[in-house]
Amino acid sequence: MVDQPPHRASVVEFDHVTKRYDMAAKGGSGRPTTPGAVNDLRLLVPAGKICVLVGPSGCGKTTSLKMVNRLIEPTSGRILIDGVDAATRDVTELRRGIGYVIQHVGLFPHLTVGENVATVPRLLGWQKARQSARSDELLDLVGLPAGAYRNRYPSQLSGGERQRVGVARALAVDPPLMLMDEPFGAVDPIVRDRLQNEFLRLQGELAKTILFVTHDVDEAIKMGDLVAVLQDGGRLAQFGTPTEILSSPASDFVARFVGVDRGLKRLSLARVRDMPLRPAPMVRDGSPAAEARSHLVDAAPPYLLVVDGRDRPIGWLAAPDLPPDGSIDGSRAVSASPLLDPETTLRDALSMLLAAAVQAGIAVDREGRVLGLVTADDIGARMRAPIDPDDR
Amino acid sequence: MIDWAWLADHLDAIVLRTVQHVYLTAIALTVGFAISFVLALWVVRRRMLYGPVIGVAGILFTIPSLALFAALVPITGLSVLTAVVPLVLYTLVIFIHNIVTGLEGVPAEVVEAASGMGYSRGQRLWQVELPLAIPLLVAGLRVASVSTIGLVTISALIGDAYGGLGFFITEGIRHSFPTEIYTGAILSMALAVVADLIFVRLQRRITPWSRARAAGSPAPVTPR
Repeated sequence: MVDQPPHRASVVEFDHVTKRYDMAAKGGSGRPTTPGAVNDLRLLVPAGKICVLVGPSGCGKTTSLKMVNRLIEPTSGRILIDGVDAATRDVTELRRGIGYVIQHVGLFPHLTVGENVATVPRLLGWQKARQSARSDELLDLVGLPAGAYRNRYPSQLSGGERQRVGVARALAVDPPLMLMDEPFGAVDPIVRDRLQNEFLRLQGELAKTILFVTHDVDEAIKMGDLVAVLQDGGRLAQFGTPTEILSSPASDFVARFVGVDRGLKRLSLARVRDMPLRPAPMVRDGSPAAEARSHLVDAAPPYLLVVDGRDRPIGWLAAPDLPPDGSIDGSRAVSASPLLDPETTLRDALSMLLAAAVQAGIAVDREGRVLGLVTADDIGARMRAPIDPDDR
Repeated sequence: MIDWAWLADHLDAIVLRTVQHVYLTAIALTVGFAISFVLALWVVRRRMLYGPVIGVAGILFTIPSLALFAALVPITGLSVLTAVVPLVLYTLVIFIHNIVTGLEGVPAEVVEAASGMGYSRGQRLWQVELPLAIPLLVAGLRVASVSTIGLVTISALIGDAYGGLGFFITEGIRHSFPTEIYTGAILSMALAVVADLIFVRLQRRITPWSRARAAGSPAPVTPR
């Protein structure tokens, strides 16, 4: 358990896992769909992926998560971690090997930030020096300089800082598997967005297997490589990539759950660079008008895009405005198109196009050179096209 | 009003009785805490037992102390037990209540995080739950120590061998000698105040985290 090779990630398999709560015994109605129940869950989470469990409250997503580290024991079925049934392992040893982050973080108020991060190393009996070295390293990793933070107490931190410490603590022994239960649920939207982005960047380096619970569809789509949608009674409604869930919901429940704006949500998964760009009808500023006129023949809209000497866009020139002879005058061109970076999401691109006077966006590279054109219609057409399996 | 000559003549006895007072209080608090601790851990795990246990401890607390000391004499004779048993019994309701409240006041997410990270049940109790319950444990000790120091004076009624500073109070009443009464009463009160101060100091020293917010926390950032 101690010196693990980096980038180790587990495979987690839910094998017909069921959890029933006997509500009748507690004076409840005894309905089959008691909150938190899980019904015959089958799920295979591949190594190094973030799998998000999402669904309405009481759908059993947190129950499913807690059955992995055995805070809750399943009624029937098995959970296999790297092929080994979790139920056969020593429970404290199992838990020490799995990172665990919860909504209210649960930092120990009586321990310093450094001691909090070193919790599992301390339980495993690491040398003091090694504990604090690891703790410092992790604080730096999550963006909290160890020198400034290690001796503070949790009560002296902001909500976002506590969440970061919670993540650092879960990573302490470099576990191959992390369980995260609404880890960013208790912070405001701006901080949440930043923590999500930081975590995705961190995961890009760490490549852990992560089970992530949220009730927020947008978070599920943003964070998940795979998304498992659960519905009341703990039944798996759909399991797939975010694009699959958004483009072809398996049932009315999933369609309603992901929302009527699922088309727009899907747009936020793709970027301008993923689009086939239209060639732009370009003319250089100062080039002969006669030559420009010949371009107009095959340009569908009667407009020409005037660019400068380095192919950077100046603006559009309508056909009637072309001088009968002489040269193109860039100062007469109208710049009304949004400029799109290849990294812009299609959702943002569409939004900019709808707001602009000309509904053709100009994709430009880092130096500002024209790459091609994207129209609102092109984006719409892409949404209607069948899904490319590699698309996400 | 105060007979200073008497005080000077009886310094040895005063010191002796003060030591006895502290000693009886310390035994009662230690034994009472130990019994309460075991009972509290038991009822925390079996919540339905909390009512009956605290109920019995509460009824014990309502027995007039004078009657309880007197009732024990035929059973335990004039031994130290006769003095200590009632003192212990009176601490139970205070300690049990405070230990249970302290343990149950540990935030649920802290307990969940501890379990989820692989603390065993014992490690969780000793390394997480009890440290966080310290403020309530100390609050219980403060109340129990003040109440016990007062009760020790009453144990003087079972005989001259015990009673700590209470001995001077009963003697003073018997001889209508105010100096003795004042000596017993004022020193007993002083002991209670000193005990309270010691516990407050102790708590501050062993819970550095509870001071952290006041001491060094950066001003909260309020977005405009």
